[in-house]
Amino acid sequence: MSDPPLLEVEELIVEIPTRRGTLRPVDGVSFTIGRGEILGVVGESGAGKSITGAAIIGLLERPIRIGGGRVTLGGTRLDTLGEPELRRVRGARIGTIFQDPSTSLNPLKRVGDQLAETALAHLDISRGEARDRALRALVDVGIPAAAERLDAWPHEFSGGMRQRVVIALALIGEPELVIADEPTTALDVSVQAQILALLRRLCTERGVGVMLVTHDMGVIAETTDRVAVLYAGRVAEVGPTRRVLTEALHPYTRGLMGSTPDASPERDARERLAQIPGSMPGLTALPPGCAFHPRCPEAMTRCATDRPHPAVRGDTRVWCWLHPPDEPPAERRP
Amino acid sequence: MTAGGDTQSGQPLGDDPPLVEIEGLSRRFDVSSAWLNRIVRRESRRILTAVDDVSFRMVRGETYALVGESGSGKSTIAKMIVGLLAPSDGVVRVAGTDPANASGEALAAFRRRVQMIFQDPYASLNPRWRVLDIVGEPMRVFALAKGRVEVERRVGALLEQVGLSAADAAKYPHEFSGGQRQRVGIARALASEPELIVCDEPTSALDVSVQAQVLNLMRDLQRELGLTYLFITHDLSVVRYMADTIGVLYLGRLVESAPRETLFTEPAHPYTRMLLDAAPRLDGFGREHAIDGGEVPDPIRPPSGCHYHPRCVYRVDGCDERYPPVRPIGARTVRCFEAERVLSGTRDV
Amino acid sequence: MSVGPDTDADIGTRIDANAAATAAGTHPDARPGAFARAWQSDVAWSFRHSPVAMLAALAFAVLVIAAIGAPWIAPHTPFDPGSLNLMDGFTPPMGEGMGSGERYWLGTDDQGRDVFSTILYGMRLSLLIGLAAVAFAAVLGVTLGLIAGYVGGWVDALIMRVADIQLTFPSILVALLIFGVARGLLPPESREQMAIWVLILSIGLSEWVQFARTVRGSAMVEVKKDYVQAARLIGRKPSAILFRHILPNVMGPVLVIATIYLALAIIAEATLSFLGVGAPPTRPSLGTLIRIGQDYLFSGEWWILLFPSITLLALALSVNLLGDWLRDVLNPKLR
Repeated sequence: MSDPPLLEVEELIVEIPTRRGTLRPVDGVSFTIGRGEILGVVGESGAGKSITGAAIIGLLERPIRIGGGRVTLGGTRLDTLGEPELRRVRGARIGTIFQDPSTSLNPLKRVGDQLAETALAHLDISRGEARDRALRALVDVGIPAAAERLDAWPHEFSGGMRQRVVIALALIGEPELVIADEPTTALDVSVQAQILALLRRLCTERGVGVMLVTHDMGVIAETTDRVAVLYAGRVAEVGPTRRVLTEALHPYTRGLMGSTPDASPERDARERLAQIPGSMPGLTALPPGCAFHPRCPEAMTRCATDRPHPAVRGDTRVWCWLHPPDEPPAERRP
Repeated sequence: MTAGGDTQSGQPLGDDPPLVEIEGLSRRFDVSSAWLNRIVRRESRRILTAVDDVSFRMVRGETYALVGESGSGKSTIAKMIVGLLAPSDGVVRVAGTDPANASGEALAAFRRRVQMIFQDPYASLNPRWRVLDIVGEPMRVFALAKGRVEVERRVGALLEQVGLSAADAAKYPHEFSGGQRQRVGIARALASEPELIVCDEPTSALDVSVQAQVLNLMRDLQRELGLTYLFITHDLSVVRYMADTIGVLYLGRLVESAPRETLFTEPAHPYTRMLLDAAPRLDGFGREHAIDGGEVPDPIRPPSGCHYHPRCVYRVDGCDERYPPVRPIGARTVRCFEAERVLSGTRDV
Repeated sequence: MSVGPDTDADIGTRIDANAAATAAGTHPDARPGAFARAWQSDVAWSFRHSPVAMLAALAFAVLVIAAIGAPWIAPHTPFDPGSLNLMDGFTPPMGEGMGSGERYWLGTDDQGRDVFSTILYGMRLSLLIGLAAVAFAAVLGVTLGLIAGYVGGWVDALIMRVADIQLTFPSILVALLIFGVARGLLPPESREQMAIWVLILSIGLSEWVQFARTVRGSAMVEVKKDYVQAARLIGRKPSAILFRHILPNVMGPVLVIATIYLALAIIAEATLSFLGVGAPPTRPSLGTLIRIGQDYLFSGEWWILLFPSITLLALALSVNLLGDWLRDVLNPKLR
């Protein structure tokens, strides 16, 4: 990738101070997103994927806070911004799509008004133009009879249609980056495919980078260009989707792929699902060294004491002692 | 229906009479506003038909999966089969007993025979009860164990069987993770030594790696204990792994019922076809989906005739007027006028 | 019971919220029963760090012990007419009775009764009636609330309408009404003996509503949960489900309400006695004393009114403060 990345997250740390000590739900996470590229952030519950997204847009609730690392969006550092500047970034430069469309849309405002207001807040245009853009946004996301629907209330839309409106809302400020946190988990499978295809089309057309947070490997496979696999607040590996899924470097990724059932006709249904013994450790019980080592079939003695340093293998970056770095950790990114 | 051959879990299927017979099952809910409100607003009654004339059979030892999206009625069917809800029409028969019309001994025997595993591991165990009491309750109720010592012993054995330890009996649910709680739920379902277990989305709330553990456990248990599963889910990949026969539900109607491989390789109903296409695949990099457009409509006012017709690419005249009857085609049954066209893959008339 | 089936989205959202709360350690069910928790560090820690709670607990303990120990602590038996010396009447605090020459710590009333002893015995009665009334209200209210929440439908509507109607009347009026009706039904001979029971009944009946409402709300939430379905599945009777499954899960707020209503019950009893329709004159409670004292306030014998009033205030306040603290400490959201 010759262009500089749109979003760079380097060694991001998120901390929660508690009576029992400081917990780190995100502990040294690094990845990049290019323009027009869809990066999937996948992990099981508690892996820290949603908190990472929240940290990037500065939506961490006190006492949760960023404890280290950098977040840079197109040259601007986000982690050091104060709330007023962050508010300007949100919507204008970063759009968000959350899982539950009923909380993203204000139930007391008409859909057209919400879209127009967002456009006005972030773009230097007139009221009339904002209304035009709202209409165009609804058309772009595939709402039928968009002109009449401009004055509709959110509850008059079905679940899938509402999520389309949320996508429109996220994109109307013409952001550079969209963070989508489990955007289709609450939707039916048939609608999920439509929404993901829509998101993919709109973002690649407009050169908008997407961070797609999900726990569904199938969604990752079909929708994303690159993927970051998270485990216990750390990255296991990050690289092109096809490569990571078919030739996983990290034993956790391999385990995850092996334990995911597949509806594809190619896969043999009789083959027993692989099992990773145990479960992901909670934040208060993280093992020393590599967080995955107690469950890892290929753990070595080093894994129990030292946290793996990142290594580059082609266009994939991996954190695992099976793939030690060729040189001391340097700042090189794929 | 599969007679002969083996199930997913390696069980040989016999030609015995079916363990479960569901015939013409329907269930309607009155979701009208309150009486006075209706009069003031001049609204009519609103009836939700959650389940509409569903019939199928289950053979002992097999796993029958009911697949459907929201509004399909799958959970309502589950509740009727275990006797938690009475049908509006039709009949449920498990080993000859109809729970809606049974009482006394017959009903108690039915309850022993039919158990359920629930979806939400955080709400399916009483948070104020110890695991010992939770798993032991069915044993006490059905008099399978008497006295503290025997209950403790049996509960301990069950916990070991589901992959926990006997010492876990003294703990409370909040001390376990989601996957472990599901195991406790499975142990509880096994406590009455049932023949049929209705599994209502048992792994939907679990992480993938935990789901694999629980699914494998369920298969192993089926093999060891000769269980029959009614597996309810919306996840086609799980269905592929667990089911022998699959029934596809759409807005309360059973649109297709077929053995597993038949359904996945040659679906005969347009909705099944669309579902299979929409389900994300682990090897589907950059895959384009067949465009469906549209979502599941409001179950209170479903489309006329065949409910799927507004979204159907195989639609012809008459699909919006008549409700397709059940037809056997090969090893499957389908409710579609154009099933042959669907099978041959041509869309144009 | 429920109108229609839960949608997948509802269930999914609920499960996610549960899972997230459990992961963060804030799930309301993620703790063992209220009392088991009470003896772990958090509540005890909170108690030690709350001067108000400790003071209130101390005051309440002192009063309760004094009340229980009245037969042994009180220097006189104020209800035995034979032991009274009319000449000792209107003795000021720490004064000597004109008739017997005894020193009365808190003075005497118009009949020569030792105010200190009367307060002790009166407190005893007030506490007895208060506790009994609250217990009665709790049992009645919790049971009705459970039934309303579980059965729903017209049973629920009926119970709640009765509750609503009752709430429109001030509780003292309700108590008066019930009191009057009961008195009218009873033959005159037993009126004296039954007065206590009637008092308990009337105060209890005026207080059950809050218990019922709270428990009903919690019960309705619990009934939807799968563990209740699992119990129905194995054929348990509704009474078993209500009292063994659901009740332990709705008890939390009941304790807090009970403490607060104890204070209200004590004051209610005092009010009724003050109005003359409460405790019989042969067994005066704090309220009776206050009534007696009121008559003599402006003629100079202030002690007959003041000391019982202070005692009543201390009793009700300490219970109230304890109840507040308990509510705050048992509320997981305030952590």
